[in-house]
Amino acid sequence: MLTLNKETILIKTEQDAVFLRNRVTEYANKIKMGLVNQTKLLTAASELVRNMIRYAGGGEVLCEVVSESILQTGIRLTFIDKGPGIKNVEMAMKDGFSTGKSLGIGLPGARRLVNVFAISSEMGKGTRVSILKWKNG
Amino acid sequence: MEKIPILKMGEFLLVTVQVDLYDRIALGLESDLVNMISKHGSKGVLIDISAVSIVDSFMGRILGNIAQMSKILDAHTVVAGMQPAVAITLIELGLPMTGVHTALNVEKGMDLLREKLFRMDVISPLPDADTE
Repeated sequence: MLTLNKETILIKTEQDAVFLRNRVTEYANKIKMGLVNQTKLLTAASELVRNMIRYAGGGEVLCEVVSESILQTGIRLTFIDKGPGIKNVEMAMKDGFSTGKSLGIGLPGARRLVNVFAISSEMGKGTRVSILKWKNG
Repeated sequence: MEKIPILKMGEFLLVTVQVDLYDRIALGLESDLVNMISKHGSKGVLIDISAVSIVDSFMGRILGNIAQMSKILDAHTVVAGMQPAVAITLIELGLPMTGVHTALNVEKGMDLLREKLFRMDVISPLPDADTE
C-alpha cells in the first residue's frame, strides 16, 4: 500500500478535534470520497478523538491518504495517545460496555463505520487505534 | 463562548443548528433549552439539524437527553431535517434514537408539534396515548 500524503495533527482540546474534522474533510474531498463514506469516516474519527481527549487527555492523529491501486484510494487515520491504556480491549470493543458514563458504542460503532480497524493498547503506555476508509468501500 | 440561539415562537422553541456541533456546544444547548422550556412553559421544541454533517454517539445522546428532559417538563421534541448520510451513519453506528420524534424538515416538524399539542388539548384526556 502506498502512502500519498502524510500529516500529524496534535490533539489537546475539543477545538483541535474540530480542526482535525476539517482537515479530514479536505483530504476526503481531494480524493473525491462520496458523502456517505465521508460522513462515516468523520463520525468514526469523532468517536475516537473524544476517547482520546477524555481518557488520555489528548494525543496525536496521523492522517494519511493511501492508495492500493489506481482505482482504490482511501484515508487512514491513526490515533496515538500516551494515556492509561485500555484494560480489556476485547470488552471495550463490545457494544454497551463503558467505563465512563457514555453509551459504550464509540469503539464498536467506529469499527462498523470503516473498512479496516486495528486497535492495540498497553496498560500505562497508551493506546493506538488505526482506521481506514476506502473511497468506494 | 459559542452558543446556539434558541428562538421562542409562541408555545414552541425553535433551534436551528447552523454550526457543526462539538461536545461543549451540545451540552450548552441541552441546559439552555431546559431552562427556556421551564421559563416560558413551552409545549414543544423543534431542533433543525439540516446543516449538521456529523452526529456521533455523544451528540445523539444529547438529542435523546433533550427529548427526555423536555418530556418531563411537558414539552415534545422534534428533530428535523437530518441529512440522509447522517441517518445512514447513525444506524450503522448503532445509536438508538429512541424517544426522539423526527420530521423531514422544519415545516413538517412544526406540523407534527402542532398536531401533538392539539391532540393533548382537545382529544386525549388519557395520559400519553400516542404510540410513536
